[in-house]
Amino acid sequence: MGGTAMTQVTVKHLWKEYHDQVVLENVNLHVDDHEFVTIVGASGCGKTTFLKMLLGIERPSRGTFLIDGQPLPTEPGPDRGIVFQRYSLFPHLTVMKNLLLGLEMRDSRVFGKLFGAARRRAVERARELLDAVGLQAAADKYPAQLSGGMQQRLSIAQSVICEPKILLLDEPFGALDPGITADMHTLILKLWNMNKMTIFMVTHDLKESFALGTRLLVFDKVRVDPQSPEAYGATITFNIPLKGHRSSI
Amino acid sequence: MRRLINRRPGRGMAASLSMLPFILVVCAYLYYSHARLLENPGDKLLPAPTTIAATVHRFAFEEDERSGAYLFWTDTRASLQRLLVALSISALGGLCLGLAIGVLPYLRAAVAPFVAAVSLIPPLAILPILFIVVGLGEVAKVTLIVVGVAPIIVRDLAMRTAELPSEQIIKAQTLGASTWQLVIRVVLPQMWPRLIDALRLSLGSAWLFLIAAEAIASTEGLGYRIFLVRRYLAMDVILPYVAWITVLAFTMDWLLRMLRAKAFAWAAPQ
Repeated sequence: MGGTAMTQVTVKHLWKEYHDQVVLENVNLHVDDHEFVTIVGASGCGKTTFLKMLLGIERPSRGTFLIDGQPLPTEPGPDRGIVFQRYSLFPHLTVMKNLLLGLEMRDSRVFGKLFGAARRRAVERARELLDAVGLQAAADKYPAQLSGGMQQRLSIAQSVICEPKILLLDEPFGALDPGITADMHTLILKLWNMNKMTIFMVTHDLKESFALGTRLLVFDKVRVDPQSPEAYGATITFNIPLKGHRSSI
Repeated sequence: MRRLINRRPGRGMAASLSMLPFILVVCAYLYYSHARLLENPGDKLLPAPTTIAATVHRFAFEEDERSGAYLFWTDTRASLQRLLVALSISALGGLCLGLAIGVLPYLRAAVAPFVAAVSLIPPLAILPILFIVVGLGEVAKVTLIVVGVAPIIVRDLAMRTAELPSEQIIKAQTLGASTWQLVIRVVLPQMWPRLIDALRLSLGSAWLFLIAAEAIASTEGLGYRIFLVRRYLAMDVILPYVAWITVLAFTMDWLLRMLRAKAFAWAAPQ
């Protein structure tokens, strides 16, 4: 999937409202294939809402939101991977089985488990990815036995194993020690280049957003009514191409 | 002087301390039994340990004159069979329905309030209905336990299922999981240890309903025997039976706890 199909995301005059509260207003955006989009903005500025729409768990109130010219799916699917800050690993499965799960569910619709030669091929593929994220030694451990950094490595590996067109990262390194984040940046850029996917990453770290992205989006409120802070929503106030960074890494 | 909350017993000390209440109870029993028997050798309320031992021997190792059965063991078998059948039905049904309610919003909307209402019916209040509808046989007793235990297991597992982090459920969908795959690969495996917890908590009420049903209509069983000999103030039978029921209940709880620790090591508390 990843390399052959071009993935484009187009957003036109997008609004998101809950009752009287406007979260996003008049968002316009075009993202090309294999971009690394970093999203920053103050808390409550609709960054995560935007990511949730891409994921398929929130619907736009008005406007157009297209992936490859198709309207957004109404539920999460295998073409859009996600890495949350926490809790997205399966605690009852070892590291290896956490990785295998995606392949097993794709190839075995009834049992969700692979056997024999098919399983050996899947294990082979999972091992390659474990090596790539540096978890080969922990293959038989349970997630609770891993450090926070290792858990996030696994979570990232897990979401790319089925080669999604789009990878969504919701503050994936926010809960990690600052010392580990440099390693994680190298890792995510490596996987991004290996899989040729489009990445959307919400972050609090401005430096990180410049270091990783090919495009930086800043979400902010243009209009503020002090009497009624929820009357106006946020929009993309800056859309900065960072083309130089792709080749430099 | 360290605070009391920071002073902890060592292993040997903890073991001795845990035995202490048991020893105290036994000592108190022996003392009062002895005192009463001195006053009135025919006293039935606190029989001497030798009397109890003789009675246990008669019930467990001698054939009953009338039926030719070893009463202690036929009672035990009858009660355990009722209990295990009822608990198996409750566990399996509770797991399936609870999990389905937790996973499927439409089923939750349709069934959850009903289950909540049913779980509030005092099971003993509908025991007469059970006797009228299904008769006085085994089915009524098993049904009483199921009616008392299953709704609580259903509600507990529905809650535990709904408590799974939404991140996990969403992640599974981004890995291509269908509803069915989500259930068998993500939700069900995580619910087994929760089911064991729910079963352990419901053991107490299961025994309660078992003994209540046996007391009212039965011809064998631990609860039946206790209520039968009550007429003769036969404390030498009642006391060992109660102790035996406690041992059985404790053993079942212990087995479930071991099963959880061995089979679901990943779910061990951190």
